[in-house]
Amino acid sequence: MLRTLLQGLRSPVTERVPYDPDIAALAANLDRVAQRKLGRSLSIREVDAGSCNGCELEIHALNNAFYDLERFGLRFVASPRHADVLMVTGPVTRNMREALERTWRATPDPKWVVAVGDCGAGCGVFADSPACVGAVAKVVPVDLVIRGCPPTPTQLLQGLLALLSAR
Amino acid sequence: MTLVDVDYWQVAIRCLAAGEVTLLGLWGEPGRVHMAVFDHSVVVLSLDCPNGHYPSVGALHAPAIRLERAARDLFGLDPVGLPDTRPWLEHGANPTAYPFLPVEGEGLHQIPVGPVHAGIIEPGHFRFTADGETVVRLEQRLGYVHKGIDHLMHGATLDQATRLAGRVSGDSTAAYAFAFARAVEAALGVEPPPRAAWLRGVMAEMERIANHLGDFGAICNDASFSLMLAHCAMLRERVLRCAVTCFGHRLMMDRIVPGGVAVDLTEDGIAGIRSLIDEIRARFPALVDLYDKTASLQDRTVGTGILSADLARRFGAGGYVGRASGRDFDARRSIGYPPYDRLHFEVPVLTEGDVNARALIRVKEIDQSLSLIEQMLNQLPVGEVRVAVEPHGPAEGLAIAEAFRGDVLVWLRFDPAGGIDRCHLRDASWFQWPLLEAAIEGNIVADFPLCNKSFNCSYSGHDL
Ligand code: SF4
Repeated sequence: MLRTLLQGLRSPVTERVPYDPDIAALAANLDRVAQRKLGRSLSIREVDAGSCNGCELEIHALNNAFYDLERFGLRFVASPRHADVLMVTGPVTRNMREALERTWRATPDPKWVVAVGDCGAGCGVFADSPACVGAVAKVVPVDLVIRGCPPTPTQLLQGLLALLSAR
Repeated sequence: MTLVDVDYWQVAIRCLAAGEVTLLGLWGEPGRVHMAVFDHSVVVLSLDCPNGHYPSVGALHAPAIRLERAARDLFGLDPVGLPDTRPWLEHGANPTAYPFLPVEGEGLHQIPVGPVHAGIIEPGHFRFTADGETVVRLEQRLGYVHKGIDHLMHGATLDQATRLAGRVSGDSTAAYAFAFARAVEAALGVEPPPRAAWLRGVMAEMERIANHLGDFGAICNDASFSLMLAHCAMLRERVLRCAVTCFGHRLMMDRIVPGGVAVDLTEDGIAGIRSLIDEIRARFPALVDLYDKTASLQDRTVGTGILSADLARRFGAGGYVGRASGRDFDARRSIGYPPYDRLHFEVPVLTEGDVNARALIRVKEIDQSLSLIEQMLNQLPVGEVRVAVEPHGPAEGLAIAEAFRGDVLVWLRFDPAGGIDRCHLRDASWFQWPLLEAAIEGNIVADFPLCNKSFNCSYSGHDL
């Protein structure tokens, strides 16, 4: 076991992060802006307010070795009380409305809200459902929208950068 | 669909309770209730309820209880004799007023968790009653991501409905689209071109591999072995990158459509998938070996969260949940549909029923899926990948496809103008969620994330 484990560590099974000019440019930029605005780190709390879970899969992917979100000082935290940013997915369902509002209230100021996905942006294919309240902006103030169904990890990174630059 | 009378309905209930047949689904529409049962084939029994009530299936057969509570919330159909009359998907104006089951006993305490959880996961509420560290009861409350899909389907065009079906549970989008397309084709008597059927199979197996890889890593991560997650997440990412180059979407959303598939696979795409297979085969066995040899990891997964074979059978548990507890059922083989009826594969079954068994079923299935994809690429028929579909009504269709977590059932009926009149999509999670409540009993609270991940039920697929 030890051999396999050490082998994995010495010549990592995880490849070096493949060079992607888009991500590299983003990384450099994000790093600069993030440091200026927020010091070293930005804490993100993810809230699924009605998603089909497709958006969650891609948000998860931000943590894999290819995107390695923490390089940029961005990280997901377990509690809204530790968060600077709420990333909210899904058409907000009637059954999640209160939980979303409470999560937002539990997040200390200053805070920013990112609505993720076509659903978070405008209810997507679930528009007009009586079981849904609507886009995220109908329930909490939204600072940035990242569209896509689901948005790719690269689009998510781009969005976070845009949020930082705009402020 | 077979329209039955109350007497026949009650006979069916008795057969279910006696374990002679398996419940595959139960759903409603205004004034009518349907149930799907599996004997050697799938049968849909429908009962008119002009007065809004019908004999409860859940009264004698517990797996139907949540389905009946849901059908009552959505369509006002009252199951007479239902032992649990609380709402299920409908949370009402005061969502915190839900009456949880009472618990009594000295030294018991309760731990409420959710709906917003600590990780990047879907919302649901878990109420643990614990005696010290030991869980004596878990009660789930779901429905938080209820989006009204049954209602949205009513009156949708075929295109709208196709997109909606692919968004019931995003992690199984290909499987849902597969089942939906086949239900439409069954209703309209359309035969997709052979090449399309094979490409559907390729996509469905890629989806299965991606999810199983992710789950295997995440299960180990919940046992504090994060190294495995790092490796598996990377392999999973490779699958998604291959999917986007071959089919134009990382999760392959909207690629399987009624009449065939929306994109053809090029020679470059085939080469890309072949090298993906090589890479997984080169890297994954070492990870499985590491899993096998890491005693601290096995210590957490072996003997944890045991689901008995009897419960798995009674609930008709699909996917790895059932197959890790001795239930030898896989829609690809037990029901059979193209392209699987022409391919060779094994359905791994274990009997231990613990977290370890559910993890190992996934490992074995990854191997089978790689071989399936290889067979499909080797024998890929040439020709068209899509035929025109002219919806017309009234026509009804049903299909089942094996998603990574179990069988997805889709039933639909067209209206006379060719729109969707009714469509119901039943996720495997409906029958797995209640079993998680049983499996966690007697385990320590700290093992819940591990058990939960080993089930990996869909919230969205269940909440509809
Ligand atoms: S935007 Fe798409 S992927 Fe995201 S929750 Fe909505 S339907 Fe699912």
